[in-house]
This record gives sequence, C-alpha cells and structure tokens, in this order.
Amino acid sequence: MEYHMTIPVKVEAIKKLRVNDVLYVTGKLFTARDKAHMKMQEMQPLDLPFDPSGMALYHCGPLMKQQNGKWSALSAGPTTSARMEEFEDSVLDRFGFHIIIGKGGMGKRTLTALKKTGSVYAAFPGGAGVLAAEKIRNVVQVYWLEELGMPEAVWVFDVLEFGPLIVAMDSVGHSLYKNL
Amino acid sequence: MDTKHLQDGIVQLIRKAETDLPSDVFSGLKKAYRNETGVARIQLEALLKNVELARKTYCPLCQDTGILTFFVRVGSMFPGIGLLQHIIEQAIIRATTEVPLRPNTVDPVTNKNHGDNLGAYHPHIVWEFEAGDSVHITLLPKGSGSENMSALGMLSPNAGFDGIKQFVVDVVKKADGRPCPPLVVGVGIGGNADLVMNLGKRALLRPVGHTHPEKHIAGLEKELLKMINATGVGPMGLGGTVTALDVHVEVAFRHPASLPVGVVIQCWADRRATMIIKKDGSWEVR
Repeated sequence: MEYHMTIPVKVEAIKKLRVNDVLYVTGKLFTARDKAHMKMQEMQPLDLPFDPSGMALYHCGPLMKQQNGKWSALSAGPTTSARMEEFEDSVLDRFGFHIIIGKGGMGKRTLTALKKTGSVYAAFPGGAGVLAAEKIRNVVQVYWLEELGMPEAVWVFDVLEFGPLIVAMDSVGHSLYKNL
Repeated sequence: MDTKHLQDGIVQLIRKAETDLPSDVFSGLKKAYRNETGVARIQLEALLKNVELARKTYCPLCQDTGILTFFVRVGSMFPGIGLLQHIIEQAIIRATTEVPLRPNTVDPVTNKNHGDNLGAYHPHIVWEFEAGDSVHITLLPKGSGSENMSALGMLSPNAGFDGIKQFVVDVVKKADGRPCPPLVVGVGIGGNADLVMNLGKRALLRPVGHTHPEKHIAGLEKELLKMINATGVGPMGLGGTVTALDVHVEVAFRHPASLPVGVVIQCWADRRATMIIKKDGSWEVR
C-alpha cells in the first residue's frame, strides 16, 4: 500500500502500517545522530529546546550551506541507523515521536520499542542526498550547532512529500532486515 | 608552474567526483533497475533520479562527501613534483567551501573537527612513481557507511578458495543494508595485513563491468558476485536480487603461513574522477 501522511500522525494510523508499505510524509523532521542521541538520553523532555513529539526523527547528518544568514540543505540523505541502536529504545519511549526515518535498519531492541510505543521505522534510499534535499521546503531551526558541528547538530526541516520511504520495521514486530 | 591554475584543477576534480557518478556505475545501476521489482525497484529508481539531480544542480550526490583518498601516479620527469602535496591540501580547503564538502575529519583524541577536511594523514595520498613527465590523479571519496563494513581476514592457507569465498560472502551478509547496497566489492588476496586492504581499495578503481585480465581470477570474481547476489540482501537491504553491481579481486603473493583477505565495501555511490596534468601545467579532468 502507498500512504501520504501529515506529521504528527495519529498512533492509530501508524499502527496500520506494515512492512513493504510505501510512505510519503509532510511536516517537520528533526535530525539526530549519535551525539544528539547521547545528549537527549541524558535530558528530560521539558529541558529539550525542541519538542520531538510533533515531529519525525530523521537519522541524518546533512550537508548544509548558509547564505545571507539563511540555511539551506544541499544534500541530506539518511545516515546508518544501526549506530543509534543502543540509544533508540529509551529515546523513543521518553520523547513521544512515532516515526523514525533512516537507512540500513535497526536491531531487536528498537523493534521491541516500536511495538511498545506504536511506532515505525521507515527507510529512505541511502545516498540519495540531493533527492532528499529537494523535499525540504524550509530549514526551520538548528540546535547545538556550535557544540556538535554540522553533521551531528539537530536540524529541524519542514518537508513536503518526503519519500519514497519504505516501512521496513513495523509496530507489530515485522522487520525486513534479516541479519541485524 | 602556475600553482593557482593547478589548484583550480584539483577543486574541479573534487567537484566532479562528488557531484557525478562514473558512467560504468550508472549503467550498472540502470541494469539493476531493469532486473528488480517492487521495493527494490523503488530504491534504484530513487538512486538514478538522485544522480540526475546531482548532475543538474552540481550538488554532492551524497551528503557524506567522504574521506578523500588520492591515488597519484607521478612521472619522474614532471617538473612540479615538490608542489603537488601542498596544492592538493590548499585545493581541499577551497573545495570544502566551494563545492561544498561536509567537514569530515575529526581528531580521534580530542574529537575536534577543524572544519577544513585536513588533519593528520589527511588527505590520504597514495604516491606511485613512473617514467614520463605527466601526472595522473584518481580521487576516490568514500563515505563511512560503507567503509565501516570493510573487514580484514587473516585466514589459514588451508582455508583455500572456499574459505576466501565464505569470508567475503559473510562480510556482505553481516553488513546487510548498512553500507547502502547495491555494492561494489573490492577484494584483496595475499600480501600482508596492510597490503591486502590496500589491494581491496585499489580494486575499486577498476570500472564496473571490467573483469580481471587473468582468467582464474576473473572466474573467482564472477562466482563471488553470484554468491553475493544469492544472499537476497538487495538494494538498501530491503530484499532483492542485486546486492552487488560487481566484485573486483586483486592479488599479491603471500607468506607460506598466511592467507590475508581484505574486503573493501563500497556503496552504490562508487564515486571517482581522474585528472591528468601535463608537464606544462595544463590539466584535464575526466
């Protein structure tokens, strides 16, 4: 099945998604790689400068350009999600978002957490950085840029029809990744 | 020698490698697209579209602009040998803002990123000297998603060809979707621990679709490709019949008691570009 959804998506709708479904999302994504996950893990939701619950998480370390004070994304494909495996279950549990976008898949701990929280993991084609950047309508905000640097900072993107995403791990325990 | 002109050439070399995909790799992806169905086909369609967009906009096709390895063949009569290292370094600083490149070099002790893609042992330049008066530079930018999946196996010589095949296929299988398949797999056999990894990386310089000139090595490449594609990992690890576009093997003589195998995993974005500099300092990037 193919779905077009606007973030935030109701949990009931997410629970209907199954592996191999094709998904396009519109709304806000926040990027987070290893360093941002580590910081989030140590923080309480109220202490975060942004609210993940109204967004989707995007495993991405983008290539950004600043011109006349305004940021734009030049290339912004997904990073390898497996690096975030050790953090994701607790982050997913505490921060209230329900869609993870990345590439390459995640392991059993995350799969269990997806089930518990009614969430999905969706894969964007790895390396398709320009295609991803084209779907970013606006770079809304950046957090922790000074401290973490361009690839590790948290960028908030407003995206239009971001995809093709393949639901690769669903909320009922299915995963397309056999070897992780 | 006009160093500014040469610097412009290196910046152009970096831009070409980052924003374009060699035609042999592109053809391999197109062939894979024609052979796949369903989710796998959707992936390949997106990758092909991405390359076309990158070519049109001159934006790096992947946000991971990689670690830059330069394979340089220098003619011993080239008059500017002593200038090359410095010219390459200055060109990288410029390319970081002009192409641009993602700042990708981090001090492993302090974890500081100075933002210019330089640092200890960066850029990595593999020098070779030959007769003649020109310089050939091939740039291989390589992201960490694929590099992290590369592996060294110090096998027992008793493992033989079967052991080598098993090791290579296991590396690909364990990597699953993480290194962004369809892959190009570079395999070094023989030598010692450092040489064999170097051979594996060097194997990636050979175009997709070109086999090793020696028949029995070409046969091994063919067999490995078949075994890798039989794993079913598929494009992006989502399942399919094309896990690798090609396998390239390079060999070196080994110690009687060693059988090193170096597997260098390259993602579908098998980026490379070549620059030729003539003795008068004129250059061409292809």
